[in-house]
Amino acid sequence: MKRDVHFILNGKPVTFSVEPRTTLLRALREYGVTSVKRGCEEGECGTCTVVIDDLAQKSCMVLALEAEGKSVLTVEGLVGPKGELHPIQQAFVDEGAIQCGFCTPGMIMSAYAFLRKTPDPTEEEIRVALAGNLCRCTGYIPIFRAVHKAAAVMRELGHIPGRAR
Amino acid sequence: MDETTAVVGSPVPRTDGLAKACGSAQFLDDLNIDGCWIGGTVRAQVPRGKLREIRLDPSFDWGRVVLVTARDLPGINAVSMIRDDYPALADLLISFPTQAVALVAAPDQETLGEALAAVSLDVEELPPILTVEDSIACTQVIWGENNIMDEYSIASGNAAEAFETADLIVEGTYRTKHQEHVYLETQGMAALPGEDGSLEVIGSMQCPYYVHSALVKALGFPPEKVRVRQTVTGGAFGGKEDYPSILGLHAALLALKSGRPVKMVYDRKEDLLCTTKRHPSVIRHRTGVKKDGTLTAAEIDIVLDGGAFTTMSKVVLSRSILHATGCYFIPHVSVRARAVATNTPPNGAYRGFGVPQSNFAIERHMDRIAEALGMDPLDLRKKNLLKNGSSFPYGQVLDEGMSAELVLDKVVEMSGYREKRRLFDEENRKNPFFRKGIGLSLGLHGGGFTGSGEETISGSASVRVTGGGKVEVLVSSVEMGQGASTVLPMIAAETLGLDLESVVHHVPDTSVVPNSGPTVASRTTMYVGKTVQDACISLVEQMAEKAAELEEFAGKRFSFDKGAFTAGGNDRIPFFDMAKRLASFPGILSATVQYRPIPGFSWDEASYTGDAYKAYAWIADVVEVEVDMDTFEIMPRKAYISAEMGKAISPVLAEGQIEGGSLQAFGYAYLEDVGMKNGSYTAAHLNQYLIPTTLDTPDFSVDLQEVPFSWGPYGAKGLGELPMDSGAPALVAAVGHAAGVFPEEIPVAGEYLHSLLRGKKQERKAGEK
Repeated sequence: MKRDVHFILNGKPVTFSVEPRTTLLRALREYGVTSVKRGCEEGECGTCTVVIDDLAQKSCMVLALEAEGKSVLTVEGLVGPKGELHPIQQAFVDEGAIQCGFCTPGMIMSAYAFLRKTPDPTEEEIRVALAGNLCRCTGYIPIFRAVHKAAAVMRELGHIPGRAR
Repeated sequence: MDETTAVVGSPVPRTDGLAKACGSAQFLDDLNIDGCWIGGTVRAQVPRGKLREIRLDPSFDWGRVVLVTARDLPGINAVSMIRDDYPALADLLISFPTQAVALVAAPDQETLGEALAAVSLDVEELPPILTVEDSIACTQVIWGENNIMDEYSIASGNAAEAFETADLIVEGTYRTKHQEHVYLETQGMAALPGEDGSLEVIGSMQCPYYVHSALVKALGFPPEKVRVRQTVTGGAFGGKEDYPSILGLHAALLALKSGRPVKMVYDRKEDLLCTTKRHPSVIRHRTGVKKDGTLTAAEIDIVLDGGAFTTMSKVVLSRSILHATGCYFIPHVSVRARAVATNTPPNGAYRGFGVPQSNFAIERHMDRIAEALGMDPLDLRKKNLLKNGSSFPYGQVLDEGMSAELVLDKVVEMSGYREKRRLFDEENRKNPFFRKGIGLSLGLHGGGFTGSGEETISGSASVRVTGGGKVEVLVSSVEMGQGASTVLPMIAAETLGLDLESVVHHVPDTSVVPNSGPTVASRTTMYVGKTVQDACISLVEQMAEKAAELEEFAGKRFSFDKGAFTAGGNDRIPFFDMAKRLASFPGILSATVQYRPIPGFSWDEASYTGDAYKAYAWIADVVEVEVDMDTFEIMPRKAYISAEMGKAISPVLAEGQIEGGSLQAFGYAYLEDVGMKNGSYTAAHLNQYLIPTTLDTPDFSVDLQEVPFSWGPYGAKGLGELPMDSGAPALVAAVGHAAGVFPEEIPVAGEYLHSLLRGKKQERKAGEK
């Protein structure tokens, strides 16, 4: 039997009606949030990573009902009201951190949660923070560069632009 | 072509970056298709057998779903690739464990699951062939007359005689295993039947016209009734060259029988267990050398495990044998190469396409020869490099662009190879439990199709001006992450003197784009790019000619330069202004050009001699690793890479190819293993099939060298596969250096390293006695 779950999705309150066993990944995709990718559905690849109350989580490992009362952020929510890119998104574009793009949304969300806590990271810290997100195209090097660059831009701005926090 | 360029070589961001960063790029599984059912597959489960019956559980209501078996095939029961030996669905005979036997489409996942569970197979098992050794020995005949799918040989000079005068003969046998692509988007195709009896097939793919041709043959449809369109593709690496023809056909069969759209997207487990992999290899080298390290003769025997059906094996084998002697000149060579059948899932295309196997063998063998002669591996290599004017064993001689020495010298300088090799030896004596190693390798990759392949496919490219003030590039080359949708427009923008923003890559759709050939073989920039450039030149030529017919320009002769048409004096008409003035002339704002064969090259397929490729790209790797001698954990720390690819159209994307391709090669070297049991892979999850994570990634120093290829667009050669060819032997050499052993197989997993060390210990003990 379906149950309702209420949470904040990218800054807006939403209610999903789901079977209790539905994962947050499946629920989000059903709702049209397709940036959240189904790469393995076993918690191994990280392409479904979202930020739940400031913590990067693999949404295939979370039940939709567990989101009750929480804030869920996906890469769509990082885009500003006029379509402006978040500094992390911009840095990914600029630094060649994107190739096929399938890992990109999850990778960006992991980087986002990480930079909120670690505004001035070392490369080692970046590597550890992104260790749960697989990328098969880039060899990760431009991703490290993009996260470094985004961190610098975010420090300079002193805040994180975009409507969702 | 050395004038300065504005777009080519500049750091423009990729054209598809924004949509991918915002999550708005829609991959197949992100598309909402009205009334779409989902498809699933019933698989054989045994490596070899006779299919007696497909049994349907009568307690299941079969009216809820659609079932397809081999009997439903309207055309030939084959997924047409190089041969027609691969059945779309098993009929009487089962040839590998994950072979598709039946297909089911259902309205939802739950119903599909129930239906698949309600199908059982009555199979009489037959003894399978599970190894290449058994296949060659013909313990069972499972393919053709003798299990040999394809065989090639190459000979130059007189190897047998040359061995007699060698100072030393060095032998070695090298083995590589399967490799899975792990594109992060799994395989997926959807088929949408039209009311007029047409069919549209969409999905994640490299080669829309391959899929088109396979559909036409198996469905018996007229070509114009089938339309194939690529959706945003989340990585491919060769894995979406062959397999989408199979999956596309499966989806089509279900869609046609059910009369509604059907989507098939594999989950990771099905993708790992059922899709094509890189061919495992066993390669034997026997080499004659002089005391000073000069190579005099080589005998090489290559065996690739083709799996149960051909897919791409014939051409993988061809590329493998043509790269068998790597970057070295050997005067007397005899090579035999065979692809043999086993009752395992068919192996197929994977970045490098036979070269990673043969290059691993030759590079490891060079290390072995160096060891036998007491030389440094670098000195042995330097002594035997191919140079401008040297000949390949198949007779080709190139007088330009043979850059092995260039990249080798560069990488040695960047890495400090010589000092570090000595230094690490010292450090390892002080700390025997945690050791450092450094290794090097070279690689080359022939760009484009082998021999006269480019002339045979003779691909076309179109450009056209749209009403919206853009130029569209229409080709069947797909964007799969490698950057075709940026690089091809860059070439067009440069040629037309426009900004990159003014040029767009049209979605590959067989109803719109011409056949420019498949997106494979490092051919997209080098060959399709050149044809795009030619099409742009054709376009402005015909526009200039037509301009003279306009009243305002009557009689003027226009030429085109830097984005504008000029006719002397003050007549300078920018490209799009001229396009507006010419809009009323039909056909004048679009041009289609076919590949123009490059003169001066010839290939003889019968004798397997001649110009195998028009140009080669070159790479040298130096890799540093640390090895924990208690846990046998291998940690790649640094990778120095120099590559020569003619011209980097986009340096950012070129570096991305090198870093990404190299990391795949490193994974191949020490991590990635599908496991095999009774003809099936055992790795069904990404916690079993491990690929490099951020923590397994070494620091990279990448150097791009450009020696322009006269016939490439702005001098470009092929690049995409090159880094995959050379990474593994460098890493394995570094592990060998660190641990003091000589690995001759990959992956160098902990167990293998342990067995090598134990073998060495036993040898030492035996010596002491």
